[in-house]
Amino acid sequence: MIKLRINGMPVTAEENSTILQAARKLDIKIPTLCHLELDCFNLEHRIGSCRVCMVEVSGRRNLAPACCTPVEEGMEVRTHTLRAINARRTMLDLLLSNHPKDCLTCEKNLDCELQALAQEMGLHKIIYKGEQSKRSIDLANESIVRDMNKCIMCRRCETACNTIQTVGILSGVRRGFNSIVSTASEKPLADTKCTFCGQCVSACPVGALTEMNRTYDVWRALNDETKQVIVQTAPAVRVALGEEFGMEPGSVSTGKMVTALRMLGFDKVFDTDFAADLTIMEETTEFVKRLKENKNLPILTSCCPGWVKFFEHQFPDLLHIPSTAKSPQQMFGAMAKTYYAKKLGVEPKEITVVSVMPCLAKKYEAARSEFSRDGVRDVDIVISTRELANMLKEAGIQFNDLRNSAFDNPLGESTGAGVIFGSTGGVLEAVLRTAADWLSGKELNDIDFEEIRGISGIKEATVKVAGKEIRVAIASGLGNARMLLEKIRRGESKYHAIEIMACPGGCLNGGGQPYIHGDTSILEKRRQAIYEEDRNKTIRKSHENPYIQKLYREFLGEPGSHLAHELLHTHYTARKNE
Amino acid sequence: MNDGQEICSGATSILESLPEKRKELEDYMDGLPLGNDPEKNRGFLIESLHKAQGIFGYLPEEVQLLVARKLKLHLSEVFGVISFYSYFTIVPKGRYKINVCTGTACFVKGADGIVGEFKRFLNIEMGETTSDMKFSLGGLRCVGACSLAPVVLVNDKVYGNVTPKQVPDILVECK
Repeated sequence: MIKLRINGMPVTAEENSTILQAARKLDIKIPTLCHLELDCFNLEHRIGSCRVCMVEVSGRRNLAPACCTPVEEGMEVRTHTLRAINARRTMLDLLLSNHPKDCLTCEKNLDCELQALAQEMGLHKIIYKGEQSKRSIDLANESIVRDMNKCIMCRRCETACNTIQTVGILSGVRRGFNSIVSTASEKPLADTKCTFCGQCVSACPVGALTEMNRTYDVWRALNDETKQVIVQTAPAVRVALGEEFGMEPGSVSTGKMVTALRMLGFDKVFDTDFAADLTIMEETTEFVKRLKENKNLPILTSCCPGWVKFFEHQFPDLLHIPSTAKSPQQMFGAMAKTYYAKKLGVEPKEITVVSVMPCLAKKYEAARSEFSRDGVRDVDIVISTRELANMLKEAGIQFNDLRNSAFDNPLGESTGAGVIFGSTGGVLEAVLRTAADWLSGKELNDIDFEEIRGISGIKEATVKVAGKEIRVAIASGLGNARMLLEKIRRGESKYHAIEIMACPGGCLNGGGQPYIHGDTSILEKRRQAIYEEDRNKTIRKSHENPYIQKLYREFLGEPGSHLAHELLHTHYTARKNE
Repeated sequence: MNDGQEICSGATSILESLPEKRKELEDYMDGLPLGNDPEKNRGFLIESLHKAQGIFGYLPEEVQLLVARKLKLHLSEVFGVISFYSYFTIVPKGRYKINVCTGTACFVKGADGIVGEFKRFLNIEMGETTSDMKFSLGGLRCVGACSLAPVVLVNDKVYGNVTPKQVPDILVECK
């Protein structure tokens, strides 16, 4: 341990820790911008590029960046001397001199770390005036908008893409005033192996990376009299949406959300959780079959579109291992445009399916060509949790004061197994709950698989199901997924089933969720909220969902039937590994 | 919907059309003490790119990818380094690479006027190549011959104390 003083106060800090970390122990806040620490994933982005954390260290000629200067024995640090304050203001001033300053119309208005910093530091005048970068904006994909005019070169997106996700498409390119974060050969994202997971968007402190906003398309659909407009909401949305309205992180706002969606004007408010139960029926059928035949194991989950695109690019030799089951979003779309359309007696094109997702890759997924039939998309418009919050605010809906209401049927009833899809480990737990009953031929009560819960990146467990030992693994974050995939490729995997989610922590930390600005304690609260929702459900196994049973009875036949395969299963495409 | 990333064959490949050059680069890189750790391999990136550009004359994406794969680095990082150094080029250059020094001394002594003359005679901008692939025009920063300012390099040949009037003579020397 190292002893030092900050602003005259003694503090003990661990070796190799930084002035910033030591200051935090004393509750001294040093401004930061490029720095990002994600405690629960054991990751710190300390590049020291923005220089707004400059502090004065006794005996040193130059100011030191607090975020990347290691503590030393006997160090005397002062965090707000005139010299430090002047340096920080100059840095911020220079950053702003080459920033568009169109805050009023920026997607990140009031959610921007640069804006907040300018406010905190009381910077009310920009002294430096000079050339402004003029860069093109990449709008050529379904998910992510890259407006590099707003980039401040903090390079957090590179850490998200290269270090956490190991997708590796981003790098600093060119030099000097022209430097920018871009892709190889500065191609648009659509021409790269980008997975559209959106972790770069989550990491971006400013408005350089944002989602492709589709709220206007939803408004237009809602005002189209010729269409039945229905909505589905993913499990992770209900445990995060409240944050956008000042509710405590971890608040479950399912009932309010349903009321709000009805007030917006949706004809029916349905639930992706229903389709999650459906996914479990198909995926567990596939799993049990492979287990009995001892073939094509381990089975890999396939609900996460970022993960799907990742393995299509990077592991094209393993395309036979993932489950062929479509994701809940796409199963919902397929059922809405067939089963539900039939019930209403309308053509598929007369129904508009809107999804509210915690995810940006879902926008890409819905646009994949295999998810359309006769030119009609199964899911028409996808918006993120953040976009839904914007719509509710625009409509003047007082979210916090709303009463609870329940989802519509027949596509709204769900079980606890469907809810936990929103957290890492949830899909596999849902599979195990159903597989255990099916393999044992009994209705088991002990269905809490605690050993595979928790937010850590890789989890392994051996669970006893019907007297059989089933070895499972769970990875969240594509870097962790890669480690498991490489094991499989080398023939070293002993698992029967693996769940993978592209975003660290699962969908609750998706690229479309309310920004956490580095506060990972929020993620744990969302996770607990998901399991709370599961505990509160009367039915907690997918195969016991009465509306799922009815769907098979009236329409699909049985899990894995010919029609189920036609509508609920998909195929994968080998893509270039660059 | 962009599905253009699906694996397809039939595209013209510079590596396939120049197998002996490909082998030369591969042999060179296989001789490097590389390991599985990209952090350690990274140190060999610049010399590998130098070698590759020496062999192919420029660094098309396929060559970048070959280097990236050998070093276990991301293609984006390799491109990032290429784009940082003005020496590296991703487009083919002319047989004669004319580089006018625009460092401080040369600039003060009138490098600007010399650049203007080259542009006028060749009818190209800085960074461009004539359509017959004979000349490329570029700038560089200080070759350490400031006493000879302004300096012009044509491939490896150095011209000192250049005046705008000498520009046509320099071009005529390139046969």
